[in-house]
Amino acid sequence: MNTRAQIRWLPDGHRLHLHDGPIDLIVEAFGAAVEVETAYRAACERFTTVLDELCSELAFLRTALSGVSQSESREDGFHPRGAVAQRMTAATLPYAAQHFITPMAAVAGAVADEILTTMTTAAQLARAYVNDGGDIALHLTAGEKFVVGMVEHVPMQRPDRPSLFGTSTLEFAQPVRGIATSGWRGRSFSRGIADAVTVLADRAATADAAATIIANAVDLPGHPRILRVPARDLAPDSDLGKIPVTQAVAELTAVEINEALTSGVTTAESLLQQKLIHAAALCLQGETRVVGSVREVAQIATSSRGGSLVHA
Amino acid sequence: MPKGLTRAAPKKDAPKAVTKSAADDAIRCDACPVLCYIKPGRTGSCDRYGNHEGKLVRLDPHVVLDRAVERGESVVPFLERSRDWDGTLVSHGETFVTAIGAGTTYPDYKPAPFIISSQVEGVDMVTVVTEGIFSYCGVKVKIDTDRHLGAECSAVRAQGEVVGHVTTSEYGSQMLSLGGVRHLTGGSRHEGTATCETLLDLCNGNAVDLKIDGGASVVVQAGKPPVVDGVQEERMRVGCGSATIGMFAKQWFGKVDEVVVVDDHITGVLSEHQAGKLLGVRETGIKLKGRRSTPGRYFQVAEPGTSWGGTDVDDPLTILGKFNSKKAWPGLRLLMVSTTGEQHAYFELDDDLRPHEKELPPHLRESVARIKGNCEPALCTVLFMGGAGGSLRAGVTENPVKLTHSVRDALTRVTCGGSPVYVWPGGGITFMADVTRMPRNAFGYVPTPALVAPIEFTLKLADYAALGGYIENVRPLSSILRSRAGSEPPARDQFVHDAKGPRHITARPDNPWPLAAEKDVPNTRKKK
Repeated sequence: MNTRAQIRWLPDGHRLHLHDGPIDLIVEAFGAAVEVETAYRAACERFTTVLDELCSELAFLRTALSGVSQSESREDGFHPRGAVAQRMTAATLPYAAQHFITPMAAVAGAVADEILTTMTTAAQLARAYVNDGGDIALHLTAGEKFVVGMVEHVPMQRPDRPSLFGTSTLEFAQPVRGIATSGWRGRSFSRGIADAVTVLADRAATADAAATIIANAVDLPGHPRILRVPARDLAPDSDLGKIPVTQAVAELTAVEINEALTSGVTTAESLLQQKLIHAAALCLQGETRVVGSVREVAQIATSSRGGSLVHA
Repeated sequence: MPKGLTRAAPKKDAPKAVTKSAADDAIRCDACPVLCYIKPGRTGSCDRYGNHEGKLVRLDPHVVLDRAVERGESVVPFLERSRDWDGTLVSHGETFVTAIGAGTTYPDYKPAPFIISSQVEGVDMVTVVTEGIFSYCGVKVKIDTDRHLGAECSAVRAQGEVVGHVTTSEYGSQMLSLGGVRHLTGGSRHEGTATCETLLDLCNGNAVDLKIDGGASVVVQAGKPPVVDGVQEERMRVGCGSATIGMFAKQWFGKVDEVVVVDDHITGVLSEHQAGKLLGVRETGIKLKGRRSTPGRYFQVAEPGTSWGGTDVDDPLTILGKFNSKKAWPGLRLLMVSTTGEQHAYFELDDDLRPHEKELPPHLRESVARIKGNCEPALCTVLFMGGAGGSLRAGVTENPVKLTHSVRDALTRVTCGGSPVYVWPGGGITFMADVTRMPRNAFGYVPTPALVAPIEFTLKLADYAALGGYIENVRPLSSILRSRAGSEPPARDQFVHDAKGPRHITARPDNPWPLAAEKDVPNTRKKK
């Protein structure tokens, strides 16, 4: 067991906080006490090696898959060893042909999926979630549901707006088991200008990759009042290399917001058609567009306010 | 301000090896196997370590203060707890969210980072939690010692830079005033940096070496004895020389003919003192140097120093003149003792009325021991003093002055890292707080240079609304710390982003609970 990883209860005594390097997971399982304990133990055991596994093939995971088709990748030596790395690669490959993308685009979601799968394999749980910095893997059984709160992104918080602006109920019968959010204000770099793009998908890793792609597409290329900086100037070892990433966005006109969101919606609808996602909410400077017909976004759609998954 | 660098902890907390990349100013962090290269002013992928002016610094996560019986930091380790797992769900105690690590929205046109409500005895209480950047701040240091540390107004130096000055002497203590805006930002860059580091270390409970111009070197650490010129101070004086006479006159009466309590401030003489007179102590013909204040009380018997009673006296007889031959007598017994009992000497007069030192008789040893026993341990105490300026107040309300009025009217309680504060009368919200009552490392800094200190304002929700607070931004405590009361958690409780999850520490039992109703607030600092 590595000595870095910190595993502890959050103050409520119900949720586990698993921390190692840049990975922070909040884990909670529901069910019989003995099953919950078994699941937590399995999660902890699995967690302690995740970061070392990822770092052992970090160079590959930071390499663009662009231009590599799914079939090619399996034959030319692009074979990630680790289970999480395989999840990352699988989630990002669908975009490789048409977009610049590296497996890192799905790292948070893939870790969440891996830990959740470990837990549900080890124990019989009524429901469970693994929240990796806002990218969330969900487990539901018949009759169970999750209520997801939506708040405005804290940096955008303004006194004249409530912070919690919508909720979404995810039930067993629905296919959604992964939620992810991407945007230029988040922890990872974005090429686009979306404040937040939240995606509901089969898995957290697939949601993570899709959110990245859609957030990149919410953009106004060449706009003079968007500050972009090569990623490597900010973080020398970024997987995005020289690619400019968004650092500041001026207040946009309604026409510009519409144009940028429309670009993102086009991409999101394409992903919806390919069945890569179930739904997406795109937020830019107070405007929100929702893509997807499933019931879970109904409540999001009734709200005109921008926001992201709870980032308290 | 660079993102994420508002919570730079002292460098000591991040002893990570750091290598500079030749190509740029990035440093490599080896806190974990990701081995991020971090540019100046940026954080690594974890958001926990950052590059501050070429140094790797650790950024603390948000600190949550729990009301619990025990003192000290405690995170609950998973493995330890699971050993005794009984399948039951532990109940959730009361929690107060401190501002430590909350971050700030400087320059504060936005609401404070956390505005939290919780139910206290049926009243919705609001705590506005922020970290203030204090350019106008400093510390008041009280050093329990009789030793002369330096003349009033002398410069106090750290790292060779002037960081403050010696101010008044108080009862058994020497006060220093360190920091303040003139040293922080009014002098050279190095002076500002040295001042900021000194304040940060003192506030975070670390030891600091101070040198007083024309005076002593002192090691100061909050809650610890001062070390003056390499010697650790043990005791704080029982009283001034005169007071000591008053306290112990009865115990000396009949056992010794004369007692001199040597004190740089007021040296006391038993036979002349009112206490001695009342007991009928015979005149001894003793002659003190220095200036007589009132009977039996003498000023300036010697120069200030670090020896007997804070004088420069090593041989106590040097403060005495010749005994008056008309009143003194051979065999007269004389005890000389310092205000802490640390130094003492016993003399008897010979036939020529000259004092000769003799071994202290057993029946006097007890009184000397009692002086020592009545002294309190000498300590350094450090009070942080800062002013919550207009912009910080704007993080609480759209009408900053209303917050000031609310504090004045005692509707709003101010705390600093959960610790009680004294708010100065007069304008503004200028407060002082004992740094030893705060969680360790509660303070940070920004390169301005200025200190980052936690500050919390607690008031009734209705009062908060009345003063123009950001009611829309009030979040229930449960959204910061989830508790699970019913079978189905409310929507707000779901998926709270806890990437920088609350750190859990227990509140000090001697601090009033910030959310307690006024009647519950213990106003005592209980002696151990």
